[in-house]
Formats: sequence, structure tokens, C-alpha cells
Amino acid sequence: MKKSKLFTIIGSLGIACLSIFLISADHMDAPAVTGTTADITDFYAFQGANSSNFVFAANVQGLLAPGTPTEQATFDETILIEFNIDHNNDLKEDLVIQAIKRGDSMYFFGPSAPAFSGTEGTKSTIATSTPNRVMISTVDNVQISENNGMKFFAGPREDPFFFDFNQYNEVLAGTASGFDNPGEDTFAGSNVLSVVIEFPKSMLPNGTTGVNPYAPATPIYNVWVETKRKQ
Amino acid sequence: MKSFKYITLCATLATSLLFVQCKDEDDNVIINATCTDGILNGEETGIDCGGSACTPCGEVLDFSGTYIQEDQMGRPGINTIFGTTGFKDAFNVTVPSEMQAAFQNKFQTNLLTLNPAYTTNALGLNAEDFTTVLSNDVLWLAQSGVTTYLNGTEILTGRALSDDVIDVSLLLIFGGPDGSENPGLTSDGVPANDATFATTFPYLADPF
Repeated sequence: MKKSKLFTIIGSLGIACLSIFLISADHMDAPAVTGTTADITDFYAFQGANSSNFVFAANVQGLLAPGTPTEQATFDETILIEFNIDHNNDLKEDLVIQAIKRGDSMYFFGPSAPAFSGTEGTKSTIATSTPNRVMISTVDNVQISENNGMKFFAGPREDPFFFDFNQYNEVLAGTASGFDNPGEDTFAGSNVLSVVIEFPKSMLPNGTTGVNPYAPATPIYNVWVETKRKQ
Repeated sequence: MKSFKYITLCATLATSLLFVQCKDEDDNVIINATCTDGILNGEETGIDCGGSACTPCGEVLDFSGTYIQEDQMGRPGINTIFGTTGFKDAFNVTVPSEMQAAFQNKFQTNLLTLNPAYTTNALGLNAEDFTTVLSNDVLWLAQSGVTTYLNGTEILTGRALSDDVIDVSLLLIFGGPDGSENPGLTSDGVPANDATFATTFPYLADPF
């Protein structure tokens, strides 16, 4: 009874709900960035195979079909991809890792203190320190560089996101009563452009305890990724 | 003649041993090489330039200018699920420290639109507390230990490639206090990616 009521409500919302949900993790999450080179599709942050390291991965330009669309997709030299790290839980970036394309390579700066933070954090200038570099990979030619304990990658990857988005739309439209089991991964077979960085945890100051109520004794960082366009 | 031969042999052996030692030292240097240490090392073809990791030698690159934010992401699906027409773009250009004040109320309204029967979820959060956590769109990352969005034991300590973030989100939105409500809506039936992740850098799978 309760369930059918819920479905009726969701179904009656119809198109409104579709616009609420759109697509997936962050793919095309808002009108202004959809389909642009600045559209972030996903962000991952996890401990590396070496537990002394963190790995950050940002994906942009989602739903690239195999073949020509993937081969022709390129990073944009006017788009800065910026990983933000807040170590003292004030939700303001203390350190950033910046990535931007020049020529055939991706250049990386940091982790270092940003020129603008907090309320001014929508604005960035690129650090003046000497960058690290990695050649941008192609589908067949994977390039990884290592320097100062860090590893760098930039190029096409399989989209790691998985979701039965089509069935979800059916549910929202009221034409299905729930998900299928098994469902069908709408993102199967599609690619993204990825920037992946692995770096020693020792490059960061300690995180803050008491942030995550489910792991209160564990020091936590707040991390996020932004894309910014050159003015 | 014969002794000269031995001397040559010894010299060759000694030299090759020297090379072995040198190689080891070189390896150590490469591990510590940086593009800023003022010495020619690693794969560099000039001091702090060239090779695969440093700026090409003799190349001056322009990194000047001001860059203004267009998209932002902390946790997966936040703007997609809780943003609605009219403030999705604004959310993407709001800094995390100002998100709660600007969007928590809107998120709560949308949560209760999606699930009017929402009371609390499996994390014990009522609608206000749940949307307060989510409106601060940053990803919590544990300094040590397992990093996962939710694996049954650890909760919100990072986001690994294999994490089923959609099922976590659906469960917390629709599943009620013990995850048992709306069973048809709490999992999309896609528990894993369609490609296998690598155990080594860059971890993401090769493109199709």
C-alpha cells in the first residue's frame, strides 16, 4: 500500500522527476556543464595498492563510445582540473593538486596551498612551481610517469561507473514498479577521459578526527574536485 | 703474457662489478629524482627538464591567467539526485563551506519529494541530518585504513572504483531505518562494473 502510493507519487511527478535524476554520478549533472569539456563525470579517492599512498581519479567528458569518439576526445587546454584537500574540516581547501593540458602532455602542480581558498575558492591561478608531466595516453599507448614518489596518468579509460539508469527512468516514469535483478548497466561499454594521480600520504598534514560519526577515531580529509575555465 | 691476460680479466671483472654497483646507485637516484632538485637525474635530458615526467627542455609554457569554476563534485550523485532545475548550476559553482546554508533546505524538500514516507535511514539520520551531511558536498577520505563509500563495515571513508555507490544512495533514500522498505527501489541490480579494475596504477580499466 505504502509502496504503491510512493510509486503513484513518483509516477505522477513524471518529467519533473526525470529532470531531478538526469544521469548517474555526476555525468551531465547540470545544464551549464552538460556536454562541455568541463563536465566532471566522477571523482574517486582511495588508498593505493601501497597503503602509504592516496589515489585521486577525476573523470570528465562521459559516455564516449568506443572507436572514433574515444580516439578523438581531447582534454581542453583552457580547463583546469583541480583536486581540493581540506585537512582541518573547515570545508576550505588547504592544498590543491592542479592538472592542465599543454600540447601532448598533462602538467601537474602540487599538492600546494592555493592562491584562493574558502569563499574565493571558485577562482584559481595555477601554481608557479615546476610542474610534473605525463604524456597523454591514447587508446593503444598507455603512458605513466613517476616523479618524487608520485605517479601520473591522463587519457581515455573505461567508465568505472555502473548503474541501470534506463530502468530507473522507467520507474520514475511509472512504467515499471522497481528495478530488475539482474539489472542492465547503462554505462557498459563506454569510456571517459581520466586524470589519475597517486601520491604519498606524507605529502599532506594530518586529517581531523571526529568528522565521520561512523569512524570517529579515524583522521579524515574532506576532498573534492573542480573544473575551472580560463577567463 | 699469461699474467697480462689475468690482469685484463681481473680488470674486466672489476669494471663490470663497478657497473653493477653504479646501476644500483642510479636506481636509488631515480627513485628520489624530482623535476626541481637542480641536478640532472632520473630520465631527465637536461637539469630538471626532459624525460617523461618533467617539462620538455627549452620549452616555456604559459600557465598564466585566472580560472573560474564550472563544475564541482565531492560525493557521487549529489547534484544529480538532490539538485533540481533552477539551482543545479548554482550548486556547481558554490564553494563547500557555503553549500549547507544555500542548499540544505532545498535538498530536504527534494528528499521528501522522492520518498514522502522518509523517516530515518540505515545510518540513523532523519531528513534534516541526512541532507545536512549531503549538502556539504565533499568526500570524506580516511587518512588510514580501508577507503570505501560503504562496504558493510566501513562507512564513508572514501570512494573506491568498485563501490556500488548507486545502491548505497538508493538504500539510504528509500530503504528506511533498517533498509527493508521499498525493496524494489533499494538496489538497481547492477552490483559491479562491466570491466575489471587493475590492481596497479592507474587502476581504471583500459578503454573499449
